[in-house]
Amino acid sequence: MKTWFKSGSPWIWLSASAVSMSLIMVVGLIGLIAIRGLGIYWPSEIHQIDVKKVDGSSEVLIGEIYDSEIVSRGRLEGAGIKLEGDEQFFDRTLYKVGNREIYGVDFKWVLNNKIKSEVYPQDIVVFERREWGNLYGFIENVKENNVIKPVTDVWSDFQSRVDRAMDLHEQIKVIEKDEIGRINAALERLRLKAKKLELTGSLTPESIIEIEADTAAQNKIYEGLQGRLAALYAEIKRDQVVVKVASGQSVDISISEVVRTWMPNNMGLFEKIGFYATSVWLFVSEEPREANTEGGIFPAIFGTIMMVIIMSIIVTPFGIVAAVYLKEYASQGFITRTIRIAVNNLAGVPSIVYGVFGLGFFVYFLGGNIDQLFFPEALPAPTFGTPGILWASLTLAILTVPVVIVATEEGLSRVPKNIREGSLALGATKWETLWKTVLPMASPAMMTGLILAVARAAGEVAPLMLVGVVKLAPTLPLDMTFPYLHLDRKFMHLGFHIYDVGFQSPNIEAARPLVYATAFLLVVVIIFLNLAAISVRNRLREKFKGYDS
Amino acid sequence: MNNPDKLEAVNKNSQTQSDVCIKVNDLKLFYSEKSALHGINMSVPRNKVTAFIGPSGCGKSTLLRCFNRMNDLVDDVRIEGNITIDGDNIYDKSVNVADLRRRVGMVFQKPNPFPKSIYENVAYGLRIQGVNSRRRLDEAVESSLKGAALWEEVKDRLEDSAFGLSGGQQQRLVIARAIAIEPEVLLLDEPASALDPISTLKIEELIYELKDRYTILIVTHNMQQAARVSDKTAFLYMGDLIEFDDTNKIFTNPEKKKTEDYITGRYG
Repeated sequence: MKTWFKSGSPWIWLSASAVSMSLIMVVGLIGLIAIRGLGIYWPSEIHQIDVKKVDGSSEVLIGEIYDSEIVSRGRLEGAGIKLEGDEQFFDRTLYKVGNREIYGVDFKWVLNNKIKSEVYPQDIVVFERREWGNLYGFIENVKENNVIKPVTDVWSDFQSRVDRAMDLHEQIKVIEKDEIGRINAALERLRLKAKKLELTGSLTPESIIEIEADTAAQNKIYEGLQGRLAALYAEIKRDQVVVKVASGQSVDISISEVVRTWMPNNMGLFEKIGFYATSVWLFVSEEPREANTEGGIFPAIFGTIMMVIIMSIIVTPFGIVAAVYLKEYASQGFITRTIRIAVNNLAGVPSIVYGVFGLGFFVYFLGGNIDQLFFPEALPAPTFGTPGILWASLTLAILTVPVVIVATEEGLSRVPKNIREGSLALGATKWETLWKTVLPMASPAMMTGLILAVARAAGEVAPLMLVGVVKLAPTLPLDMTFPYLHLDRKFMHLGFHIYDVGFQSPNIEAARPLVYATAFLLVVVIIFLNLAAISVRNRLREKFKGYDS
Repeated sequence: MNNPDKLEAVNKNSQTQSDVCIKVNDLKLFYSEKSALHGINMSVPRNKVTAFIGPSGCGKSTLLRCFNRMNDLVDDVRIEGNITIDGDNIYDKSVNVADLRRRVGMVFQKPNPFPKSIYENVAYGLRIQGVNSRRRLDEAVESSLKGAALWEEVKDRLEDSAFGLSGGQQQRLVIARAIAIEPEVLLLDEPASALDPISTLKIEELIYELKDRYTILIVTHNMQQAARVSDKTAFLYMGDLIEFDDTNKIFTNPEKKKTEDYITGRYG
């Protein structure tokens, strides 16, 4: 035993098990959120069950299995459910029954021993709708202007009508978002122009006439668009579908409300895989609907990545310049040491403090002054004096700058002295030596700093809530209207989206898998950003490898 | 002229002024308060190899680094006296240190190529001077590498990393890099101490060839090497220049007891 201790094996075992524990936890965590989050997009089978009710009658439910658990008798009785027999524990299953406008809730717990029969009809259809969540039922007829259309193949006829409605919807969206948006922007510009002329006192009758003419022209285009929109809305409301729901009643659904339909019980494996891939793609590429509980999260992904990129653009030069000064030029005395300690401690300040600082300094002070100086015509409506992506990126930049400074200083001090001397001995000045030799050699360390900064910034939520993140941003910070990059805009962020969907959502059961899916995506985005930075660093390392100092 | 060493140095060398390249006048160097060189006087002849020998810590490297003001980089160094190269005082306030270092090249103990290609290593000094014409750089790289007896070994892989070369090749590359900017003086700080015997031999042959064009100052621990490559030898001990004379004289018939003791291996 003593020799075993002396051999060092216990320590090897100890460290090896610590490493494997960490690995298991990381893989387990990612695996859990991946399974929980990505599972919802699998088109699972739809069950039609016959449930015995307390009064002896039975009720038909249609839905997909969402969850199941074992509950104690006491808990069920406490919830006011009357039970027969004397078992102490019951299996129960949570069905997603959809049809929220009919049942009031999307989900229902059913005790397994109350299920009398369970079938999987081939022709059950799932309707994903723009409002009210999913609907489950059987298609009976297709109506055009409330008149039943007799067709031989109802399903394919219905599909073509859905495609038509989707097409119209796309056209409406283009008009509403892009074209009317452009007119609104133009009108706003004209208004601001008039106000600016008024403020500077150079508002002449000619310019008034000119601006009014422009405004009238824009309004005319707007009216034309309104006419087209009305026509499209009339068109899109043409078709309805009659669906027989679980309770047996038939309901009319406007086809314009339908986003997607599918018959999961009728799908083969490959069809399901294809459907799954489309669903995941829609999740990452679409905008959210219904208070973020449905639809995709594209704006949040976009906002997160864009904020991190802007932050990197700000923090990298700033941190490197600061580190070069501290390490290479500042005399290494008491003051430099104090500054270095202060920088290191900045990394430990709670991030919400940075959020408050960003709100006070960047948003109100800097932004407010920018508005006073450059956008007086828009006041009192703030332009930069309100939270936005620029301020969020700046706040995160000061949050992460210590990391970059420390890593860069570390890299600078690892550049061997004899390399510097070699350069100086060739008649290079200190600056030339730094620029041509030392900084390139320290660049992998700078990238390490940036990687750490990105990892920290992408996961930060608390400060962002104060300086620019919102629950739902109508526009992206990058779009096709001049000046294309809108640094003053608010944006959506995956981290905040998790919080919002998970804790601010009215429909908790529906939101839960979205929380997992969004969390998984956030992790994927951070991994992706890190991998990009790591590959750059590895290329740099490759370039400077082989030098043993 | 009351310093006997200096008198000696001037008297022994019955040379004309133009044959003296470097003059060291009462040079004192302090690391904060500690004195490392206490009053060195010597005249280094042009286009000759001058070797500095002496036990570890005697100040020979420190002295060598005074010739291109490398000691400026060390904190808390104070220098008194002066050094003139071709009559110009290099410690004058008006001297641009970068310009001085272009005139006085230096090769260090350990090969220190930059993490760049062989070509870019040699072209580094010229690029610093703003030479960017590819033709001029090509010519300079080729002639410097030939001058450093490395051209035949690397001419087919000029774009490869300099780290791929062996230690001896790296040291010759560093010499090529130093002579590419055509300095007047070349300082070699134990250039062969990190190399194997074959590479050492090559470096020594190279030094012999280079002395036609450059005034070479070399610090070495190896007395055989000093005897082989140098024309003049200076023996330093504890920050003093004990003896400075023709190499032959130093190694066969030194005047000072300390020199004789060191050369015969009684200490050091």
